[in-house]
Amino acid sequence: MPRRELLLEDADTRDLTKLAGYEAIGGYASLRKALDMERQAVLAELLDANVRGRGGAGFPMGRKASFLPHPDDTPKPIYLVANADESEPGTFKDREILLRVPHLFVEGVVIAAYTIGSGHAFIYLRGEYLAEFEVVTAALEEARAAGYLGKNVLGSGWDLTVVVHRGAGAYICGEETGLLESLEGRRGQPRTKPPFPAISGLYASPTLINNVETLATVPKILELGGKKYARIGVENSAGTRVFSLSGNVVNGGNYELELGTTLRELIDEIGGGIPDGRELKAIIPGGSSVPVLTAAEVDTPLDFDSMAQAGTMLGSGAVIVIDDRCCMVQLGLRVAQFYMHESCGKCTPCREGTRWMVQLLRKIEEGEATQGELDVLLNVCDRILGNCLCPLGDAAAMPVASYVAKFRDEFQRHIDEGACPFGGESSLAGVLAPVDQHDAHLRSQIEVPGIRAERESLTEAHG
Amino acid sequence: MSGLYDAIRSVAARYPESRSAILPALRLAQQEHGGWLPPEAFRDVAEALELTPAYCRAVASFYDMFHLEPVGRHMVEVCTNVSCALVGAQQVLEAFEGELGVAAGETTPDGEVTLRTVECAGGCGWGTVVVVDHRYHEPVRPEDVAEIVRELRDAS
Repeated sequence: MPRRELLLEDADTRDLTKLAGYEAIGGYASLRKALDMERQAVLAELLDANVRGRGGAGFPMGRKASFLPHPDDTPKPIYLVANADESEPGTFKDREILLRVPHLFVEGVVIAAYTIGSGHAFIYLRGEYLAEFEVVTAALEEARAAGYLGKNVLGSGWDLTVVVHRGAGAYICGEETGLLESLEGRRGQPRTKPPFPAISGLYASPTLINNVETLATVPKILELGGKKYARIGVENSAGTRVFSLSGNVVNGGNYELELGTTLRELIDEIGGGIPDGRELKAIIPGGSSVPVLTAAEVDTPLDFDSMAQAGTMLGSGAVIVIDDRCCMVQLGLRVAQFYMHESCGKCTPCREGTRWMVQLLRKIEEGEATQGELDVLLNVCDRILGNCLCPLGDAAAMPVASYVAKFRDEFQRHIDEGACPFGGESSLAGVLAPVDQHDAHLRSQIEVPGIRAERESLTEAHG
Repeated sequence: MSGLYDAIRSVAARYPESRSAILPALRLAQQEHGGWLPPEAFRDVAEALELTPAYCRAVASFYDMFHLEPVGRHMVEVCTNVSCALVGAQQVLEAFEGELGVAAGETTPDGEVTLRTVECAGGCGWGTVVVVDHRYHEPVRPEDVAEIVRELRDAS
């Protein structure tokens, strides 16, 4: 499939971060077009485009927007929230959009807000993204000065305020109800659903939450027309996506491709293949929370249905390439450590289960696990799945269960041989996860030598 | 402290409910207090937002970017999540440990630099990602570490 860029088109050859550059390629024409249309007509274009959410879940954007009440039918304000809390491991594509085509994103925010009749939009931006904050803030200032947002947008009589809200380091705030809690000034712990945010979201008001890339697609849909946009890509997976390519690959980076492009094309032709003459072993196709694919599945197309048929998900479009130096038990341990660190603690299966997973995987990796403990690991995964308010627990259980299912021999060898078969030569050997750092930090606080030694022995005894 | 109070009130005015401003308020307070949040920082934020200090601490403790203990004047954060780990994040971390003479999670004895590992920073295709005082360095190889530490020492 040939490469096809929509969102990042022209960004290679021009500076689109400034308003003048963006206007020179027809920027904000889609907003003008939208303001000349009825809100329902704009929504119809989004429905025709059949664009599915780019954040991870893949829910059709037009349908999500159609769940909100008409502004005349609700006494409450309607909110738009842009989810820019990108933090799924392997994913860095929203950053690319924010840094290189910020006005495309802003235009998408304004059109989406107009479509649902909202006068207040929030951009929940990942706290670590400081450079992105500066670029987006500057773009908003320019857009405001040019009348694209603020009071009386382009003379339409409609007002829109946009506030950038910076997070402070919590993966769970990318989950939409965790995000809303955080934006309301609380710990980012997800809410029960229903009610869904479309009915009762931010400040218990109707709220549409869309990912950065999804919103950046909106001006392109209006430019092309929904029906024409829907013809890009493959059935049920319209359009392009910005794929984040990382891991053991020559040219890591973000690549915008038509949906339906195969993993092989992305990894070998665009990514330059595996470095150092190594062999492809496994591929995580949609961020660290999705089930793994083996090297034999490298011809799977990157679209929603093909990934589902292969037993995995397109997720956030983050493709992590893993070569034959990687121990799959260590991979499972590192993934589980991440989700343990990020579990908000609200639901027991996730809070306790991710800890169980880490402990069991560590025992397996160290060659100290019994046969039964491998079964316990799978049992813990099973008891997390579907038993929590949000998908974070599933995001730990699904990939780890898939590593066992697809690389069972490797797990078995750890048990049979009483040691890691890689013998310390795995690419992930000894990697220090933040969850393991706390002991080191504790030791650093103890300055009196005698007490320090005592505390260290205590930590070892209990650690 | 009235400067901080006014700054927090001004941020709070952007939101329909002032409690929404707790993250920006804590960020301002942390800057004011040398990179961490001592008990008086929670009192300041609580006063400005009409919350309790305990509530402010409970919220702060949820988020990785807020520090409840003193940290160095500079912060070096090494991503050791999967994509970075696959391309040698541990070797980069160990190079920093060697260069700074502290383990991950520790601060240098002169109080200049805190070194820590972090979860995915979002630069996976350009691993290993190292964040120095909120600025991304990518990719970082073990041989780049001495130069980064030198620049940090020169800056302080």
